[in-house]
Amino acid sequence: MPVALQTFRRRTFWHRLDVRGAPYAFVAPFFVVFAAFSFYPLLYTAWISLHRVELSSMDLMEWVGFDNYVALWEDERFWNALANTFTLGVVSTVPQLLMALGLAHLLHYRLRGSVFFRVAALTPYATSVGAAALVFTMLFERDFGMINWLLGLVGLDPVNWENDKWAAQLAISSIVIWRWTGYNALLYLAAMQAVPAERYEAAALDGASRWQQFRMVTIPGIRSTVVFTIVLSTIGATQLFGEPLIFGQGPNGITGGADNQYQTLGLLLYEEGWKNYQMGRAATVAWAMFLLLVLVFVVQRAVRRLASRPAGARPVLSRSGQS
Amino acid sequence: MTRRSLAAVAAVAALGLVAACGGSDAGNTGGGVKDGKVTITMGLYGVMGFKETGLLEKYEKEHPNVTIKAEVAGDEQTYYTALQTHLTAGSGLKDIQGIEVLRAKEIVDTRADKFADLSKVAGTGHFLPWKQNQVTAADKKVIGLGTDIGPMAVCYRKDMFAKAGLPTDREKVAELWAGDWSKYVDVGRKFKSGFKGDRVAFTDSASGLFNAMIYGSSQQFYDTEGKLIYKDNPVVTDAWKLASDAGSSGLTAKLRQFQPGWDPGLANSTFATTVCPAWMLAHISEKAGPQNKGKWDVAKAPKGANWGGSFLGVMEQSPVKEEAKKLVAWLTAPEQQAYIFEKLGNFPSSEKALKAPEVADAKSEYFSGAPIGEIFGDAALEIPDKQVLGRKDGTIKDIFSQGLSLIEAQGKSPDAAWKDTEERIKKATG
Repeated sequence: MPVALQTFRRRTFWHRLDVRGAPYAFVAPFFVVFAAFSFYPLLYTAWISLHRVELSSMDLMEWVGFDNYVALWEDERFWNALANTFTLGVVSTVPQLLMALGLAHLLHYRLRGSVFFRVAALTPYATSVGAAALVFTMLFERDFGMINWLLGLVGLDPVNWENDKWAAQLAISSIVIWRWTGYNALLYLAAMQAVPAERYEAAALDGASRWQQFRMVTIPGIRSTVVFTIVLSTIGATQLFGEPLIFGQGPNGITGGADNQYQTLGLLLYEEGWKNYQMGRAATVAWAMFLLLVLVFVVQRAVRRLASRPAGARPVLSRSGQS
Repeated sequence: MTRRSLAAVAAVAALGLVAACGGSDAGNTGGGVKDGKVTITMGLYGVMGFKETGLLEKYEKEHPNVTIKAEVAGDEQTYYTALQTHLTAGSGLKDIQGIEVLRAKEIVDTRADKFADLSKVAGTGHFLPWKQNQVTAADKKVIGLGTDIGPMAVCYRKDMFAKAGLPTDREKVAELWAGDWSKYVDVGRKFKSGFKGDRVAFTDSASGLFNAMIYGSSQQFYDTEGKLIYKDNPVVTDAWKLASDAGSSGLTAKLRQFQPGWDPGLANSTFATTVCPAWMLAHISEKAGPQNKGKWDVAKAPKGANWGGSFLGVMEQSPVKEEAKKLVAWLTAPEQQAYIFEKLGNFPSSEKALKAPEVADAKSEYFSGAPIGEIFGDAALEIPDKQVLGRKDGTIKDIFSQGLSLIEAQGKSPDAAWKDTEERIKKATG
C-alpha cells in the first residue's frame, strides 16, 4: 500500500473521531454535572422516600415501601397544599402574563428613553426574593402596614392579610407578579421585535386599528414565546416557596399560616424535612412534585400538539455530509 | 489550540469536577494546634452574649496562645438544622457548639456520644440543679454547661393600668394575680371593662400566657420515660383552656411574640402586658423605644416559670477538646454570667452568679427602676428542680402557638383548634 494512502486513512480516522466525537466531549461536562447533581440526588431522594428516616439520624433508615406515598395520598395537608399551589399559581401567573403582554406592547412603541424603561422593567426581577418578600410583608402588615393604612384612608376596614386565606394568597401573588412581570415583558418585547414590520404595514394599509394589529399580528407572531413563558411560569408556580415562607416569617411561614392557608407543596416539603425532620416524608413530597411537573409537561405537550397544525417541512439544522 | 485538544480538556475538566466532590475530611472541627498556638472554633446563635460583650477577646488576652473563632447564626432554627446535619455527617462541626434548651433532650437522647463529658470539669458545681439536669444523660454524662436561663415575670404598662383604674405599683399589681394565672386573666377582664378610649388589648398573645403556664411545672409534653402525655397532662390542658379563653374573649392583641406585628405593637403601645422572661427585657426596651421609657414596669408572675436558656457543649472529636472544655467552663463561670447579665440582661443559670451583688441588686432604669435582679432571681428559685424535657419540645411548642392563633386570629372554636393541634403533633412526632 502506498504510504500516502496509509496516512490518508489515519487522517480520516482522526478526522472522523474529531467530527463525530468532539460534540459529545463538548456536551459531556454538562451531563457529568447533571448526573452528579441532578440525576443521582433524584434517585437517592426516591430511595429515601421509601424509608422512614429522621434528619437527626440519617444513618438509621427503616424500609417502609410505599407507605409514605399512601400516607401522602391520604393526607389532607397534601391536597390542601396542592390546591394552594394551584390557586396561587393561577392568581399570580395569569395576571402576570397579561400585564407583561400589555407592558411589552407599550415598550414596543417608539418611546423616548426606551432603554431606561426596559431596564426599569427588569429591576424587580433583579431584586432578591428575600428582600422583595420582606418589604411586601411590611406593606401587608395587619396593624401598621401601608396597604391597610391606604384602605383606611378611603374608609375601608383593615384586612387581616396574613390570616385570611384569600387575602394572604393575593398578597403573596402580588410579590410574584411584581417580580416577574417585567422579566416576561422583556421576553415578549424581544419576540415582538422579530415580527416583520411589513405585516404591520400591510395590516395598517388594510385599515386595522392598533388593537386589531395587536390581536391579529403581534399575538400570532409571538405565539411560541407565549407558550415558553407559560411553561416557565408553570414550573415557577409549582415550586413557589420563598415568597410564602418569608411572608409568614418564623414557624408560620414554614406551615404556610396558622391554618396552612397558603402552604404550597414546596413549603410542605420544607415542613416535613426541616421542621418535623422526617426526611422520608419530605422526599415523598419532592417526588410527588416531580411527578406532577412531568404530568403538567405531558398535558402541555398534548394540548400544544392538538392546537398546532403541522407546519410543513422545516429546514433541519445539521452538518451536511461533506466529510 | 486544536479542536481535538479542546475536547480532551473538556472531558478532563468534567471528570475533575466530579472527583473534586469526593474527598471529605471526617473528624475535623476546624480547630487545632499549630506552632504551639491553639485555635478553638465555636458555633453559636442569636445573642448568647459571648461575642457581643467581648468576653471571647478577654479570654484571648488572658491566654495569648489561644485564638477563638466564633460563628454566630441569627436564627436558632437554621442553626439547629445545620447542627443536626453536621452531627449526622460527622463533619462541619465546631469544637464548641451551642445547644438551645428545647433541643437538649433530642441531643442527649440521640447524639450524646458525639459530645464530650463535662461532668468532671473542675469548678462547675455552681449551676442551678435543674439546669444541669436538663443536659445530663442517663449514664450521668453531662453534654453541656449552662449559659443563661429565662425566669419569667409580667411586664406591664403603668400608664395603661392607671387609665383602666387598676393599681400601678408593682407590689400591688403582683398581688392582683398572686398564685394563680387565672387571676391574671381576671385582671384582664377588669382592664378591658375599665379601659376607655383607644384600642388597647390587655396582653399581646395567648401563646405567651400558655408558655408561662406550662413552663412553671416540671412536666409538660412528655413524661420522664419520653412518652407523649400532653393530652392528659392537666398542666397543658388547663393552660390551653385559659389561654384559649383569653384569646377568644378579646383580651389579646392577637399577635405572636417575635413574629410580624409584635415589634410595631410594642412601639405603638397596642397592649398593656406581656409575660416576659428575663432575656425579653432588652428586646422590649429596644423596640418600645425611648418614648415609652418609664411607662413599663415589671411585676412578679403568678407562678415561677422558665422559658428558654442555652448550653455550650464540646465535641468529642475535637482535636483541642481539653482547651475547649476549659474555655466553656470559663465562659459559663459565675463571674462571666454576671458580666453578661450586666451587659445584656441574659439571666445567669449559675446559683452563685444569682447571689452576686451585680445580679441580685440589679435595677432596670427603662422599666421604672424595677428590681429585676430580685424579681427574676426569686422566680428562678421557684422553678421546680426537676425539669422534664422531651425530644420534640420545640416543635410541639410552635404547634401549640399556632393552635392558639387559630382561635385568636382565625376565629376557630377551641375544640376545633385542639383537634387540629393534636393532628399536627401526631404528624410532627410520628
